Formats: sequence, structure tokens, C-alpha cells
Amino acid sequence: MNAPAPSPKISLRDVHRAFGAKVVLAGVDLDLAAGESLVIIGGSGTGKSVLLKCILGLLRPECGSIKIDGAEMVGIRAAERERVVRKIGMLFQGAALFDSLTVWENVAFGLVQAHGMSRRAARAVAATTLAKVGLGADVMELRPAALSGGMKKRVALARAIATRPEIIFFDEPTTGLDPIMGDVINDLVVSCVRDLGAAALSITHDMASARKIADRVAMLHGGKIIWSGPVAAIDHSDNPYVDQFIHGYAQGPIQMEVLAP
Amino acid sequence: MLVHFVAGIGRAVIAFVVTTGRLARFAGNGLYHCAAPPIYPLLIGRQMLSIGYFSLPVVGLTAVFTGMVLALQVYVGSSRFNAESAVATIVVIGITRELGPVLAGLMVAGRVGAAMAAEIGTMRVTEQIDALVTLSTNPFKYLVAPRLIAGTLMLPALVFVADIIGVLGGFLIGTGRLDFNGGTYLKNTFDFLETIDVVSGLVKAAVFGFIVSLMGCYNGFHSAGGAAGVGRATTNSVVSASVLILAADYIITELFFAK
Repeated sequence: MNAPAPSPKISLRDVHRAFGAKVVLAGVDLDLAAGESLVIIGGSGTGKSVLLKCILGLLRPECGSIKIDGAEMVGIRAAERERVVRKIGMLFQGAALFDSLTVWENVAFGLVQAHGMSRRAARAVAATTLAKVGLGADVMELRPAALSGGMKKRVALARAIATRPEIIFFDEPTTGLDPIMGDVINDLVVSCVRDLGAAALSITHDMASARKIADRVAMLHGGKIIWSGPVAAIDHSDNPYVDQFIHGYAQGPIQMEVLAP
Repeated sequence: MLVHFVAGIGRAVIAFVVTTGRLARFAGNGLYHCAAPPIYPLLIGRQMLSIGYFSLPVVGLTAVFTGMVLALQVYVGSSRFNAESAVATIVVIGITRELGPVLAGLMVAGRVGAAMAAEIGTMRVTEQIDALVTLSTNPFKYLVAPRLIAGTLMLPALVFVADIIGVLGGFLIGTGRLDFNGGTYLKNTFDFLETIDVVSGLVKAAVFGFIVSLMGCYNGFHSAGGAAGVGRATTNSVVSASVLILAADYIITELFFAK
């Protein structure tokens, strides 16, 4: 007899979300398995960030089901959501570091607030985690305003992994960085996810980043996942939308809204 | 034409009702998190320092000049019917009952309420509030509750100091410019001052402190649209807090002094 398939870390069924008359998500179905790195690609404004925010509970979908480790997140009580969210780490597109705190306090924030660790112990963990992303003790007492864009992303990555989460979200991890720093961040994302054995869900429109960090790629277009498959299969998807997107052609089934010729 | 006019009024009324409901819900949520653990004493202390200690210079200067002007104006009015001796009494009652809490509230709304809206608004548009949620930290507990508690506790303390400084301003003008005897001025100040005069002013101050913090947090929390949105939130927090302070002032005065 076959063993039952392990339940996915994240499972989305028929998720809908609109802003006024603009429908952004129109029935998204998606599964993220344990230990898997899934990258969602799609053009700007196709709802990738909205999808991520729905999973995190920052936005409420109009209908559909979002389960994390089997627990239904839509309509869940705030206290229960906080408990589930402790399993998650998140790297924001703009880093979203707390301006009023130092670098080490940013990294240690989740450990102190959500896990009740003492500040002294959390500081030691922050130092170790910062070292993992290539930052030394000299940045510990700096404020985020004193850091470059690449350093902010590294600190944000350290904050995302400091609590050793089971699931990590990466929102446009390489956007706004030069190609070399982008590749450094990609390498860090891959190594951190591998070290933790975590499931990773990333959204990006940077194909170099997607090819590097993904086990599986899904494309979001028109509010739905229109293609999903292993990263190695993306060049042979036989999907005209995917082909146009990964090659960056202006001509194809995806029409950009350009008002002036 | 008429239909558009009526539709415009309807939209404005609906927007007002929606905003009022959202504000009431925000206030209720904020109050709940002021009482429910975990409480953040360090953050409350930091906000108390910002609202109380760092507002002392501006509130103190406002109070001393208000006391001085009040003494001069009351002297002009009271000398018309030979009641110059009432200057000290009217100054102390005017300051403790009305001008101390209202002017301190308005000054703190400009200094602290605006800063709260700008700080929380910037956190909103740079996704720092979303980051709090992903780090299992309730933004109401971490950002709103400490500010509500600190505002409600610190404005009465500020107003108490402002009352003393305002009376001192009146005393300086009374003795230095209007030739009152110092001892007589002080006797007239305290002989006719009642506990309710000071207490009602401090109650007003607590309500005003809550209003300033609430409007700063509410407008910052709901800011959107980048730097322009943060600017709008800052302006709205000062304007709405100022109007609500004046409205609350009337209501509290009625409650305390209506026969």
C-alpha cells in the first residue's frame, strides 16, 4: 500500500481578491511542499504581492481557502494567526527594517517579541545570523539608514531567518540591486533555505533570480496560475505566456497597457 | 445638476459615517490592547518621555505668555468697574479650567500628534507595519497602545506644570507691571481656587491626550500613497485632533459645570 502523500506546507484553493472593480486574484490554486522552493513569476501588477499578503493575512481574500500546515487561515482568530505566523519568515521587497531600531535589534526582533528570548541571548543569535549573510559585528549598532541597499537586504534576510522558520517568503529579493549584489543575495537565499530545510515561496520578475533559487516555477497571469512546473522545464513549457515572459518579448499574448504609441 | 449636487452631499455623508465608524473601531481596538497583555513598559516609557518631557518647553512657554496676556486683559476689563482685585482669581481659574488644558492640548497635537502620524505613516508606506505582523507582533499592541497610554497619562502632568507656569506668568505681570502686592496677589489666587477647578482641567487634559494620540495613530495607520500620503496623514491628525479637542472641551465643561 502506498504511504499517504505528505500534506503541503501551504495550500491555496480558489483564492479571489479584488480592489473595487479591479479583480487581481481570480481563483488561485497553489501548493507548496515541505522543503520545496517555489518561485511565482509574473509581470508587474499581476497580483504576486497581493497573493503573498493574502497568505500572510495582511489582506483578506473575498473567498477561497488558504491553509498553512493544514490550518485554515481565512477567518482565523488574531491570536491563532500570530501562533501560525511564528513558523514564517518574510523578506520584504524594500527590506522594511525598523528605522528606530539598530541592525541587531531588527534581526533579534522576532526572537525577543515572538519567542520571548532575552535580549542578551537574542543579540548573540543576531550576531551569528548576520555572519551567515556576510555582515560583521561592525554593523550591529548601526541604524538601517546608515546601510546601503544590498546591506539592508542582507539584514532583512537575517531577520527573516533568525527565528529558524519552517516557511520563508521572499518578495522580489533582488529588485533594486546591481547584478552582482543580486547574485550574492540569490546565493544567500539558496544557502539559507537549504540550511534551514525550510519551504520557500518567492515572487519575482527577475528570471535570473528565479532560475537560481527555484525548484519549481509557477506563473501568475490574469489572476490565475496559468503554468506550473520544474524550473528545468520552463524553457520548454509550450505556454506562449511563459515563453513571452521569460524572454522579455514586447510582442505576444501578454499586452502591456501602453496609452501612447 | 441638482442630482449631482445631492449625490455629492450623499457621498460626503457616507464618507463621514464610514470614517466615524472606522475611527470608533480603531479606538475600541486600541483601548482593548491597552488593557490586554503583553504590555510594553519600555515603549510606554519612551512615549511618555517624548510626549511629556520633550513637550515641556513649548507648553511652558505657551503657558507663561498666556498667563501674562490674561492678567493684562483681565486688568483692562475689570478696571472698568473697579474690580482690579479679581485679576489673580480670574487668571488662575481661566488657566486651570480652560486655557491650560486647551492650549497644552493644541500644542501637543501640533508637536506630538503630527510626529506620531508621520512616524506610523512612514512605517505603513514602507511596509514596516506589515513586517511587525510577520514577526508575530500585533501593531496595535506595539505601536498604538503605548502611545494611547502615554498620551492619556502625560498630558495631565504637562497641564499641571502649565497651570503653575501660567499662574506664575500672571503673577509676574500682576506684580511687575500692574503694581499688585505679591502676597495679596497670591492670597487672591489661592483663596478662591477650588479643587474642582484643577481636577476638571486635568480630566480635560487626559481626554485631550487620548484624542491627540488616537488621531496621530489613526491617521498614520491609514496613510497610503507614499510621501504625499504621509503628509496628508500628518495634516489630518493635527486638524482633526484640534477640532475634537475643542468639541470635547465643550462637552466636558458641560458635564462638570452644568447645573
